[in-house]
Amino acid sequence: MTAAVTPVGTNAEALAADSRRERRRAFFLTSPAALLIAVVVFVPVGWLFWLSLFDPEGALTAENYTRMLGSPAYVKTFKTTFEVSFVVTAVCVLIGYPLAYLLSQLPARAANVCMVFVLLPFWTSLLVRTYAWLVLLQRKGLINTWLIDLGVIEQPLRLVHNFTGTVIGMVHILLPFLVLPLYAAMRSIDRDLIRAAANLGSSPVGAFWRVFFPLSLPGLFAGVVLVFVLCLGFYVTPALLGGGRVQMWAMRIESSVNLYANWGAASALGVVLLIVTLVLLWALNKLFGLERVFSGR
Amino acid sequence: MSKSFASDTQITHLGRLWLYLFGALVMVFLMFPSVVVIPMSFSDSTYLEFPPREWSLRWYENYFGSIEWREATYVSLQAAVLTMLVATPVGTAAAYGLHVSGRRMAATMQTMLLMPLMVPIILIAIGAFYLYARLGLNYTITGVVVAHTVLAIPFVLVTVSSGLKTYDMNQEMVARSLGASRLRAFLTVTLPQIRFSVVAGALFAFITSLDEVIVAMFVSGGENATLTRRMFNALRDQIDPTIAAISTCLILVSVISLLLVQWLGKARTPG
Repeated sequence: MTAAVTPVGTNAEALAADSRRERRRAFFLTSPAALLIAVVVFVPVGWLFWLSLFDPEGALTAENYTRMLGSPAYVKTFKTTFEVSFVVTAVCVLIGYPLAYLLSQLPARAANVCMVFVLLPFWTSLLVRTYAWLVLLQRKGLINTWLIDLGVIEQPLRLVHNFTGTVIGMVHILLPFLVLPLYAAMRSIDRDLIRAAANLGSSPVGAFWRVFFPLSLPGLFAGVVLVFVLCLGFYVTPALLGGGRVQMWAMRIESSVNLYANWGAASALGVVLLIVTLVLLWALNKLFGLERVFSGR
Repeated sequence: MSKSFASDTQITHLGRLWLYLFGALVMVFLMFPSVVVIPMSFSDSTYLEFPPREWSLRWYENYFGSIEWREATYVSLQAAVLTMLVATPVGTAAAYGLHVSGRRMAATMQTMLLMPLMVPIILIAIGAFYLYARLGLNYTITGVVVAHTVLAIPFVLVTVSSGLKTYDMNQEMVARSLGASRLRAFLTVTLPQIRFSVVAGALFAFITSLDEVIVAMFVSGGENATLTRRMFNALRDQIDPTIAAISTCLILVSVISLLLVQWLGKARTPG
């Protein structure tokens, strides 16, 4: 920071005012970014919120919101969305926690090499990865061919265009979002604490569950919230791997706009999705600070 | 002495075998689709066999031979380069501004600048579509670039901010006390020292735009449809093997970018 030196002496006040003015001027450097974001994100979102209060004829109504609770089609969408999100988050925890733990225990160099395996898919286009799963999981795809060749199954399994395919694809895409914050949290755990536990007679399993695991919980929680929030708004993967059988929240927003041109309904869905997302992220921020969570990528 | 043990609680490597195997399996799961799609794209069959029985370049010929795919690729590259060129200076300026100005306003401003990461992308997409309909920006490259810039700003901001954290701002003070203007001090003293973070941020911006699907699906179209939009639409109908060839090219771009960023990260922290 510029104000590292506190001015003293006769012109101290003038210098302090100068530094204040300077900092204010520096703050203006954020304005192009802020302006762009305000125009492209805040204005339209506010506008959509306004639209959500009206029906297609232009009369003021709460129908766009009440419909979400009443209409069976909407209720089913929410049920599917939460079902998928819970399953995907749970699978991510089950396979992500051991991976992050292993990475945190490896020597730094080996861990960095292994990290490439986590980061590369993170950098690869989401669409490309979804497409790859589509090819691998299809009826005559690689997975079915291998399973039949190995004699595990006789008839090809239905792995795609359904719930299973959606979950496989989404877990693959969201796993890094769980592993990265969790790994960072695990790396920062003081290993002397584990040694101390062992020294005081704890078994390895006991030391893990009573010392290491509780200390890793903040990182786990951050990862879980991130994955869950991203699941709620997912579009591309369920649209391609769900084969029309998995209707998620974001897909209903898309069809409300493109199929029915019902902006009120689409906006209301979007506003509620935004509120749920922001509340969850706000809770995460209160507990751990968002900046740390997002600095992974 | 502790070398022969895998953990601080003296579990041996053998006792950890299950963990190593499990970890390896998960890493295979993570890499598998991207790695397998590459040889598949050279398969001669429409079913994209692995390993391919007959090798051929027919899907690449399809890709580069089709005017539509070529145009879409050109649109995407153009949008990605422009997004990078706008988002990098804007994001860097914002990061610098936040770093230099006082703490109180900065925290609020930072939250605002990170908003594009937090607001569900589908909402940004329909919002931009609605706004652009009024401004006549739908189906234009300008519209895509503006929206992608907004999505890329947080990535540039976070990357450059972390670079500034390890930089000693007093150096800039010295330059200015020797008569350099603020801008000159930034350009000749600060910028060269944070250049690796800035370049990494620029790469993030490029990839963000190149790979973005949902906003492009709404605001791009016609002759200005991006590559991802065309791919998504093609995939909804059927599994077109040409997309394996396109995917391989996109994976290649990602790998190169990731390697560059890793390498820049090493260059940033010598030793």
